[in-house]
Amino acid sequence: MDEPLNLVLFSGTDDKLQAAAVLAAGAAALGKPVNIFLQYWALDAFTRAKIDDDHGLAPEAGVEGRAAVDDLAKAGQVSWAETLRQAKELGSVDIQACSLSMDLLHLEPEDLDPLVDGTEGVTAFYLNAGEGQVVFI
Amino acid sequence: MATVPVDLTVDARGLNCPMPIVRTAQAVKGLAAGQTVEVIATDPGSVKDFAAWSKTTGNEIVEQTADGGEFHFVLRKK
Repeated sequence: MDEPLNLVLFSGTDDKLQAAAVLAAGAAALGKPVNIFLQYWALDAFTRAKIDDDHGLAPEAGVEGRAAVDDLAKAGQVSWAETLRQAKELGSVDIQACSLSMDLLHLEPEDLDPLVDGTEGVTAFYLNAGEGQVVFI
Repeated sequence: MATVPVDLTVDARGLNCPMPIVRTAQAVKGLAAGQTVEVIATDPGSVKDFAAWSKTTGNEIVEQTADGGEFHFVLRKK
């Protein structure tokens, strides 16, 4: 279990971020290190200004999907941001912003939520990924 | 309920995957080797999840029962 799980988050909708947070927390519970690389709309969702917003759902969710997700939230499902906070408390979960996406979105480090540990380029991401799986969400 | 002595109980009823495992892993961090934690969960995935977590982490499942949609585990810290 020593090789890390490497998640590249691209999409910024709440369902995809929730799915990613579940993968990260599960790996952390097993003692597996997790590297998360935030690109494009996922990075936008991790800004201080927007992290608590409603980020919508993937197009395939439709009306029924929206209702199902709302039902889970009403039943007390923990948000993706809180799931990631708990995963970070539990294990080694490093969250890095993609420097290209920082430029694209005109973001400065202080614009990011404290969940984000820093900013790096893709080369550093691959170096840290080692021989572990890379999953793009 | 548990038939072996437990040092701590995690009530994970109503929590979705992966929170039962996350809460349990957090609880186990605070225990000494050999101490036990009792977990009550309603997530149907928890049976296979706790088996996998036990196998990977070495924390032993010493008791496991299911009753009316509630899953009950006692785990001993490695």
